[in-house]
Amino acid sequence: MTKLRRYFRRMRQNWQVYVFLLIPLAYLIIFQYVPMAGIQIAFKKFNPVKGIWGSPWVGFTHFEKFFKSYYFERVVTNTLRISIYSLIANFPIPILFALLLNSIPGTKFKKTVQTVTYMPHFISTVVLVGMMNQMLSPTTGLYGMIYRVLGGEGFPEDILAKANSFTHLYVWSGIWQNFGWSSIIYMAALAGVSPSLHEAAQIDGANRLQRVIHVDFPCLLPTATIMLILRFGQIMNVGYEKVYLMQNTMNQRMSEVISTYVYKIGLGAQGRSDYSLATAVGLFNSVINLVLITVFNQVTKKLSDTSLW
Amino acid sequence: MPKRRKIKRNKVQIAKQDRIFYAIAFVVLLFLLVITGYPILYILSSAFSSRQAVISGRVFLFPVDFSLEGFEAVFEQKDVLIGYRNTIIYTVGGTLINVVITMLAAYAFSRKDWPMKNFMVMIFMFTMIFSGGMVPSYLLMRDLKLLNTPWAMLLPGALSIYNMTIARTFIQNNIPYELFEAARIDGCDDFRYFTHLVLPLSKAILAVLSLYYAVGHWNAYFNALIYLNNRNLYPLQVFLREILILNEFDNEAIIDEELMMVKQGMADLLRYALIVVSTAPILCMYPFVQRYFVKGVMIGSVKG
Repeated sequence: MTKLRRYFRRMRQNWQVYVFLLIPLAYLIIFQYVPMAGIQIAFKKFNPVKGIWGSPWVGFTHFEKFFKSYYFERVVTNTLRISIYSLIANFPIPILFALLLNSIPGTKFKKTVQTVTYMPHFISTVVLVGMMNQMLSPTTGLYGMIYRVLGGEGFPEDILAKANSFTHLYVWSGIWQNFGWSSIIYMAALAGVSPSLHEAAQIDGANRLQRVIHVDFPCLLPTATIMLILRFGQIMNVGYEKVYLMQNTMNQRMSEVISTYVYKIGLGAQGRSDYSLATAVGLFNSVINLVLITVFNQVTKKLSDTSLW
Repeated sequence: MPKRRKIKRNKVQIAKQDRIFYAIAFVVLLFLLVITGYPILYILSSAFSSRQAVISGRVFLFPVDFSLEGFEAVFEQKDVLIGYRNTIIYTVGGTLINVVITMLAAYAFSRKDWPMKNFMVMIFMFTMIFSGGMVPSYLLMRDLKLLNTPWAMLLPGALSIYNMTIARTFIQNNIPYELFEAARIDGCDDFRYFTHLVLPLSKAILAVLSLYYAVGHWNAYFNALIYLNNRNLYPLQVFLREILILNEFDNEAIIDEELMMVKQGMADLLRYALIVVSTAPILCMYPFVQRYFVKGVMIGSVKG
């Protein structure tokens, strides 16, 4: 009883903290938790007149419909292909970049490289995709011009309209935009490497390359491991905003991912939208994400002290 | 002076061993610098060139036949001006809301010893890994009658838990808790402590948060696609999508319609100029605030 009383007394003493939380909490409840309650329409036949709570339950019908539809295999494979490819290609480049940038002398060149390579991170997705369309156009873009300068006849193949080039374009434009920015965290880790390690290695006769491999690189490993594991947890999350912008009728076979599919069946098609099916597909994706993040977070916790929560 | 010469020679010898490594590193870095810098330079140069130079493919590095006709065409597009105005409103208003909510939550979580703290942390963190999804959020906005209002651009995503964690870590690491205890003994309550001590001491993190949120608002387009269908409310990015990606734009702005090629050249020039106009505010600001952005990543990587 005294324990409970002490608990309430501490609450009363700190009442102002709860006042601070009032607005953020109200915000979260309205804009995050109320939509979570809306997920129930994935198990209902949504009726606009009766609303979310009044519509009749239908169980797993929408999930079955999705699993049986011919889109299921396509969107799941596309999602996995794009994200695994991104992960493999995206991961090592910032590390190598940081190691090289950290190893060379000369602050001025270093600063210039940093400023320029961080810059694309701030370009909006719309502009990035616009830039790609503009520069890779076989008729008027840089791509077509270079082709003709090198002696090509007429116009080169239109890679923007080729389904098979979609994944490459998506992944490598992402690397172009973010490798500099992603290297910051590694640069920070390298700045923390004790100079005495380098001095000791130098006295033992190690050259710069050997010091990069045997001194700098091991110091990056903890950070790199955590980044990798965190990325694994995001594997079903594809940057759908960019995918959606890069889609055209020619590449849809390779570019339709779960989230763009949710948008199209739920909100994209005016008048024919199926709220319940879209919510079910979205829920399928969120649940897999939740499981992956939880699992990989436990793994990180076991391997190191760092974890997401 | 024999001694000094010897030292000098030694230094050169060390450099000689590593010269190949440095040369390769330098070349690789230069390559990356060119790869990232060149597309930006190309867009800039094209935007400042004449239409003939763009269409005949004479622009490779620097502007050819310097001209501003692309920019004239951009400002003849009525949509672009509307979009610009809306984006500025959404960026300023949205960032303000974001920073206030984020700092309130960050302060509360930086305070020690209050009941239910762990439970609250859970409630906040859970929204980072799970969400209702697109359709339930849309239905909520519809039920709240927020569709087709500026609020639809300001309220969703008003609190980023990641940014809140950065701010909390900053407060915990940079403002000693003893200061809070001392202030408390002197009769200062949480509100006063927050406004008179925490906020003035958190200028760096306020800058980081504002920049992160502002860039996010400036570049956002998807919420507008979902929640808005009134053209007078569209942000710049939606109009950019129409012009850059869907190729829909006001053809009347192009006076010369005799030749298809001329029209195409004007369209390309317009797009280059538009990319510059829409991205310029961020890229002009960027060199001056780069250190704040980098600081944000650094604080974020240190777990509190």
